[in-house]
Amino acid sequence: MNIIVCIKQVPGTSNVNVDPVTGTLIRDGVASKMNPYDLNAVEMALKLVEENGGEVKVVSMGPPAALEVIREAIYMGASKGVLVSDRKFGGADVLATSYTLCSGIKALGDYDLILCGKQTTDGDTAQVGSELAEHLDIPHACYVKSIKQEGKKLEYVQNLDSKIVTARINMPCLMCVDSEINTPRLPSFLKKKENGDCQNKIQILTFNDVEDKDETHYGLKGSPTQVERIFEPDKRKDKEMITDGDLAKKTYDILKSKKFI
Amino acid sequence: MGLKINQNLVNDNTGKALADLCPFKAISYENGKLDINAGCKLCKLCVRTGPSGVITFEEEKVELINKDDYKGVCVYADSDHGVIHKVTFELIGKAIELAAVIKHPVYALLIGDNCKENVNELLSYGVDKVFVYEDKALADFDMERYSNCFADFIENIKPSSILVGATNVGRCLAPRVAARFHTGLTADCTRLEMKENTDLVQIRPAFGGNIMAQIINPNHRPQFCTVRYKIFDAPKKVAEVKGEAEYRTVKPEWLKSNVEVVEIVEKPKELDISESDVLVAVGRGIKTAEDLEMVKELADLLGANIACTRPLVEANIFDAKHQIGLSGKTVKPKLIITLGISGAIQFVAGMKDSGCIISVNSDPNASIFDVANYGIVGDIYKVVPELIKKLKEAR
Repeated sequence: MNIIVCIKQVPGTSNVNVDPVTGTLIRDGVASKMNPYDLNAVEMALKLVEENGGEVKVVSMGPPAALEVIREAIYMGASKGVLVSDRKFGGADVLATSYTLCSGIKALGDYDLILCGKQTTDGDTAQVGSELAEHLDIPHACYVKSIKQEGKKLEYVQNLDSKIVTARINMPCLMCVDSEINTPRLPSFLKKKENGDCQNKIQILTFNDVEDKDETHYGLKGSPTQVERIFEPDKRKDKEMITDGDLAKKTYDILKSKKFI
Repeated sequence: MGLKINQNLVNDNTGKALADLCPFKAISYENGKLDINAGCKLCKLCVRTGPSGVITFEEEKVELINKDDYKGVCVYADSDHGVIHKVTFELIGKAIELAAVIKHPVYALLIGDNCKENVNELLSYGVDKVFVYEDKALADFDMERYSNCFADFIENIKPSSILVGATNVGRCLAPRVAARFHTGLTADCTRLEMKENTDLVQIRPAFGGNIMAQIINPNHRPQFCTVRYKIFDAPKKVAEVKGEAEYRTVKPEWLKSNVEVVEIVEKPKELDISESDVLVAVGRGIKTAEDLEMVKELADLLGANIACTRPLVEANIFDAKHQIGLSGKTVKPKLIITLGISGAIQFVAGMKDSGCIISVNSDPNASIFDVANYGIVGDIYKVVPELIKKLKEAR
């Protein structure tokens, strides 16, 4: 089974703030990491390949620094990776991102299954996987908890809102896996030593390398949604701050006066 | 369209200033050359607040669509397995408000089998027209079948905006259909407004930080958005039903599917924090799992359920069903007490509309105090045990 996993580099913490004076974004210097939900997808792919044979490849879109998460996936056990990276891809919304990822997937050749994490911790949209499946014109399922191969089909268990659904799906297909389905393995020190910077295993795809050269399909131009403005969340004006005295008693009095007790 | 660097204005001062300014580290200044890399999110901060004229934003003329060709604010009636999810009614309430601004009709799209009762229920909330796709093969949610019906609805009815509940089903279906029409989709909106020109103003937390983004689809229709359960309020039922239903023909070729269901099992009734009236939520201020004893005791005394932030789920202290926030549940209890929670926007977006928010945190600058009704600046390890003592004494 040939599996492609979509991964993303996200900020190490989510502490981006708006400077109240200048209105600019302040981001602290914490290092970037692989989106934690993608680790579950990589782990599931590696397990499936261990059971059924085949190989795991990864694809990511982002700045050159995102090479680091592709290396991490290779140290975990992926055989190779593609980074789709070009300024022309910048400012992409869900539609343009999923379309651009398609180009990376096409560069990786044939596949039976594409796996995505549940969502990213920076965008938090959980929509790219489904849009990707539509662009590739393959069936897909979200919130998948487990997968096993049944002949030419994959049997999966899916977490829908009030139901747990077990179903079989034709390959090739795409699945977004749920969180907490497995414990992702750590990158192997041996593989790290063996592969070094993974130069022979990683391909970088720029705008010049993609098949579709219509610039209106990528980045800001290919994004129907536009950010009109960014602003700080509303602050409550009528709040009451309690900073000294018997804090527990004052809390108790609030609960009492509001009739919660 | 895009950012243009005017190299003649680049010098050590402007170059360094711009490189420092970019929150995404996408601008580099090396050896006298200013460059923008693929990390650029086109937030245009460098254009607006950077040294004047060094980086400019070049607009490009695009062919404009005729927005008058699209009419109606539509709510997708999430009716997986025959039961309409309550988020649908909340969205109908919002759709009625939005449609009033532009004098558009309010639609509901219902896909399923034996739809009559559900149609009546949708109409009772004041929907002008329910479009129904009814077939045995549509009784249970099927991605391909449902998206084919959805696509037929868009092609023929041409709604201007489509609101979809951010349930697991909605989050699979909406992006699939939006991509088919190459249109925009904004996930997990926390506020929606309507412009006179029918542009849907979609507001959500963005860039993974404590920032809200206002998003529009200036030149694409329909405009898709998803909204979580418990963000808006369900409207009152109307006294007199005026709306009607239109049953659409379901074509056999739409019912092909690559998926064959083996088994559907009802999930066991489990804790759903979004249904709780009182919550005690804990965050990283809790030092060890053992310290949760006092939190449990407090919750028991208040008849509350316990909720938590994402880090505690990642640390395996709590199961994900306890998690509040953009990757967890949205809650709107009558009372929520947050203990040792700093208030990252992903968390706040999931609880800010609670009836009464009491927050205990030792950092007076914690952003949780921006949404709290009552901010208690203190150590949870002192406040909670004393509060427990007082609650017990009062019994």
